[in-house]
Amino acid sequence: MCLGIPGKIISIYENHGTKMAKIDFGGVSREACIEVIPEAKPGDWTIIHAGFALNLLSEAEAQETLDILQEMSELSEQEGKNLND
Amino acid sequence: MTDRVTPKFLSGFRNAGLVKTTIGEIHKRITQPWSLMEICGGQTHAIMQYGLDQLLPTEIELIHGPGCPVCVTSLALIDQALWIAKQPDVIFTSFGDMLRVPGSNGDLFSVRASGGQVRVVYSPLDAVEIASKNPDNQVVFFAIGFETTAPANAMAVLQAEKMGLNNFSILPANVLVPPAMHAILGSPDNRIQGFLAAGHVCAVTGYWEYPPIAEQYKTPIVVTGFEPLDLVNGILQTIKMLEEGRIDVENAYSRVVSFQGNQAAQEIIKKVFEPVDRNWRGIGSIPKSGLGLREIYKNFNAAERFGSGDIKTEESKICIAGQVLQGLKKPSDCPVFGTQCTPQNPLGAPMVSSEGACAAYYRYGKIPR
Repeated sequence: MCLGIPGKIISIYENHGTKMAKIDFGGVSREACIEVIPEAKPGDWTIIHAGFALNLLSEAEAQETLDILQEMSELSEQEGKNLND
Repeated sequence: MTDRVTPKFLSGFRNAGLVKTTIGEIHKRITQPWSLMEICGGQTHAIMQYGLDQLLPTEIELIHGPGCPVCVTSLALIDQALWIAKQPDVIFTSFGDMLRVPGSNGDLFSVRASGGQVRVVYSPLDAVEIASKNPDNQVVFFAIGFETTAPANAMAVLQAEKMGLNNFSILPANVLVPPAMHAILGSPDNRIQGFLAAGHVCAVTGYWEYPPIAEQYKTPIVVTGFEPLDLVNGILQTIKMLEEGRIDVENAYSRVVSFQGNQAAQEIIKKVFEPVDRNWRGIGSIPKSGLGLREIYKNFNAAERFGSGDIKTEESKICIAGQVLQGLKKPSDCPVFGTQCTPQNPLGAPMVSSEGACAAYYRYGKIPR
């Protein structure tokens, strides 16, 4: 139920005064309501649930999480090597 | 222009190498058994789908929470939905998962089979669109969901108001996560030592409500996402806190969730809805755990517009859904799991929904031999 799909905003428009957007989901595009992410602009990433944007998706935060885990992974590999030496 | 390539900052969360080393880190850190609850049914399914439960240390028991709105919608509300859907000139709209959920007597599919107009929608706003195109019909939307879905449900009401539609209404059935966490952690049977909080609920609500819950029940909480790396990272952070004896709230889904959440979304929820006591199927009534329409929007309440008919609810006598939803029993503990009860012929809602724990066990091969 709480499925949220990452998508990229292609264009922004209004429907009866409500902010809507065309969103690209890896090649498939659909309409979604972006009323609660007023700062959104084309090219931004967002998380869509039931045709409704929940939030913007932060590329920088995503990269930071991946970097931390990558670092942990490299440290653990290094430890493994040291043990085998 | 559309782009078919998933960018690295997203595909990285399915990186098998990183998932493996993160699981390795969990194995390194763990020294004793711990019971964790993933409250969200979407996470239960992802864990089973990727077989993560098989890769984690045997010391970790994952207890599946009640985070499946389809599963916890009360029988009385389902029966009321069936009754409304049978009314002449009503077009009853719902998310697809809801159609096969058994009421006391039939389901929404059976209403459709006997001539009722029941339609599946992807978004609550699609139901508003149906209402504007069918002015001679009453269009009702079954507004289920957690905080994740509440802004979309609220928006449907606001949009119908803006468009001046008097043939649109909702059957309010939204439920809220923090009151359920209190109910679970405060239960005398509680065995949960750490919580994975539901990422997309927190995208809307933030997690400012969680520190007092963590403190009160001495239970660490980690906001967790849905990709394999998100899940194992959320579990790693929880295990670290448990092993170090720390009680805190951490965020392992920071690309989508902030401490304050989406305040514009919280505002439209507050504008349209107010907290009400709600009955959870299989669990019972939880104070202030649901969202009801505010007085100024009561014209949009299908329950008031159509009444509830003469409903006498009757639950299956064999189904143990209530205990499964509270994390007290596993789906495979049920005597009729995979035999009398299957996704094709479900006795209880957790076998129906794509997020129900019973359906996850069935689909991913946890049938007892």
